[in-house]
Amino acid sequence: MAASETRTGAQAAAADAPGSRASNRSMFRSSISVFLQNRLAIIGLGTIVFMLLFSFIGPLIYHTDQIHTHLSQVDLSPRAQHPLGTNEVGYDELGRLMVGGQSALEVGLAASVLASIVGTIYGAIAGFAGGWIDGLMMRILDTLLAFPALLLLMLITSIITPSIPVMIAVIGLVAWLIPARLVRGETLAVRVRDYVQATKALGSPTWRTISRHIVPNVIGVVVVQTTLEVANAILLLAALGYLGLGAAPPATNWGQMLSDGLNYVYDGYWWLIYPPGIAIVLTVLAFNFMGDALRDSLDVRLQRH
Amino acid sequence: MTAYIIRRLVQALLVVIGCSIVTFIIMHALPGGPAQAMLGPRASPVQLRAFIVQNGYNKPLPVQYWRYVSGLLHGNLGYSYHYNQTVTSLLAQDLPKTALLIGLAIVVAVLVALPLGVLQAVRRNRPVDYVFTAASFVGYAMPSFWLGILLILVFSIYLPWLPPEAPQGSTVAAVLQQPAAMILPVVTLAAVSLAAYSRFVRSSSIENLAEDYVRTARAKGASQRRVLFRHVLRNSLLPLITLLGLNLPALVSGAVIIESIFNYPGMGLLFWTAATTHDYPVLMGTSIVVAVATVLGNLIADLLYAWADPRIRHAGTG
Repeated sequence: MAASETRTGAQAAAADAPGSRASNRSMFRSSISVFLQNRLAIIGLGTIVFMLLFSFIGPLIYHTDQIHTHLSQVDLSPRAQHPLGTNEVGYDELGRLMVGGQSALEVGLAASVLASIVGTIYGAIAGFAGGWIDGLMMRILDTLLAFPALLLLMLITSIITPSIPVMIAVIGLVAWLIPARLVRGETLAVRVRDYVQATKALGSPTWRTISRHIVPNVIGVVVVQTTLEVANAILLLAALGYLGLGAAPPATNWGQMLSDGLNYVYDGYWWLIYPPGIAIVLTVLAFNFMGDALRDSLDVRLQRH
Repeated sequence: MTAYIIRRLVQALLVVIGCSIVTFIIMHALPGGPAQAMLGPRASPVQLRAFIVQNGYNKPLPVQYWRYVSGLLHGNLGYSYHYNQTVTSLLAQDLPKTALLIGLAIVVAVLVALPLGVLQAVRRNRPVDYVFTAASFVGYAMPSFWLGILLILVFSIYLPWLPPEAPQGSTVAAVLQQPAAMILPVVTLAAVSLAAYSRFVRSSSIENLAEDYVRTARAKGASQRRVLFRHVLRNSLLPLITLLGLNLPALVSGAVIIESIFNYPGMGLLFWTAATTHDYPVLMGTSIVVAVATVLGNLIADLLYAWADPRIRHAGTG
C-alpha cells in the first residue's frame, strides 16, 4: 500500500525514546501524514463524512414525511418528486435512506466505542494480572465467542424490544470480545519488554507503567479495531433489520429496507433493492479502508519493512 | 504433544461448562422466568405453579443447574410448545441439513480460495492481484442477504437458470435430490468466507514464497508448478485449518441469514422462526448445541493442525 513508501517521519519518531513528550507529538504528526498519503484512507474518510452529512444534514434540506403513510403513492418508480421512488407504504425512498443511515451510524459508532472501552479495560486487566486470573478471564471470552454473534443478538432482541439505545448496548455486548483479546495479547507482549522491565526496576509505580508504556503501545491496536468494529456493527444491525428483529416502524435501518424490498423482487421494483444495499456496502467499505489505513499509519513496526 | 492435547481438552471442557452456564443464566433472565418461557404467555398461574414444582424450578439455583446439565447430557434440550415437539427431535431433523449447507460452502470456499490466494501471491502487486484484492474488500463489506437477493435477481429472474428457492426436502437425502436448487444458497454462504480465506492464503503464500526451502527447491531445478503445489500450497493449507475452526460461528450466523433468504428448512430457519415467535426452548436448545459444536470444531481444528504440522507434532516429545 501507499503507506509503506513514507517511512522516514515515523521511523525517526520510533527511534526516539518512547514516552517523551516531543516524540509523542512528532509520532502523532507523522501518523497523520502517513494517513493522508494513503489514497484509500482519503476515499474512506470522504465517504464517511458524506454519509454523516447525508444522514444527519440531508433531512434538513430534503424534507420528507417518514412518519405518516401515503397509501395513494405506494411503490412509485423514481421521478422528479421522488428521486428514488417510494416504498410499499408510500415513504419517499431517498428520505428513508437518510433515516436508515442515522440509525446505522449512531449504532455503529456508539456500539464500537462502547465495545472498545469495555474490551480494552478487560484485556488490559487480564494481560497485566497474568496467572490464573488471566486464564479464567480468557476462558470466559472463549465461552462467549463460542456463541455466534448473530444468534446471541437474535436471542436478546426476541426478549427485549429493540430501540436505538438497546441496539447499541446489545451489539456492544457481543463486539467487545475481539478488542479484549487483542489488548490482552498486546499487554502481555509489552509487559515483558526490556524498557518496561527497566522502569519497574527503577521503582516506577504500576499506574505509571500502565499509563506511560502499556496504554500508548496498545492504543494503536484499539483505534484500528474500533474502526473495523464500526463496520461489523453496521453489518450486524443490518442483518437484524433484515431478519425483522430491528426497531419497530416507522423507525428503520438499511437492512430492514432491504427485507421490505425483497418482497417485491419479482415486481422489478429495483429502487427498493439497490440503494439500501449500496449504502451498506459503501459505508462498511469506508470504515474498513479507514481501519486499514490507520493500521498502516499507527503501526510503526509495520512501516519499517 | 500429549501434554498439549490434554491441556487443550481441559480448556475445551471448561468452555463447554461455561456455555451451559451462559444459557442457564439467560434462561433465568427471561421474562417470567424459565417456566413462563417454556409454557408460553398464555399459561395460567396454576399451570405455571404446577410446572415450577414439577420441574424443580423452586429449588436452589445450583440444584436447578445440576438438573439442567444432567438433562443436557441425556439429550434433553427442552420442549417446544410451539411445535409440540422436543427440541432434540426438531434439531435432529434440521441440523443435518444446515451441516450439509455449511459443509458444502466450506468446500467451495476453500477450493476457490486456495488457487486464488496462491495466484495473487505469485502475481503480487500486478493487475490480477489488485482486481482480486478490490473484490475481496467488496466481499468483506457485502452483507450476505444483499448478495443473496442480487444472485436471485440475476440467476433466477433476469436469467431464469436456477430456482430462487432452496430444496424443500425434509431429510438430507431429499435435499440432495435437487442439486440445482442448492447452488445459490451454497454459493452465497461460500462467498461470505471466500474473501477472508483468499486474503489469508495470499498473505501466508507471500511469506512462504520468501522461505529458504522455496529457494532450495528452485535451485534444485523444481518447476514453478512443483514449487507452488508441493511446497507453497501445502504450507499455506495448514494455517487455514485453524481459520476454518475460528470461522465456524460466522458460518452459522451466515447460515441463519441464507436459510431465511432461500427458505431452506434447516436449523437457521428454525432459529429465526423461534426468534420471531418467542419460542425460547428452541432458541436456548439451538444456542447450546451450536456453542458446543463451535468449541468442538475449534478443538478438532487445533488437534488436526498439531497432528499435521511436524514442528508441533514432535515438540516436547524429545
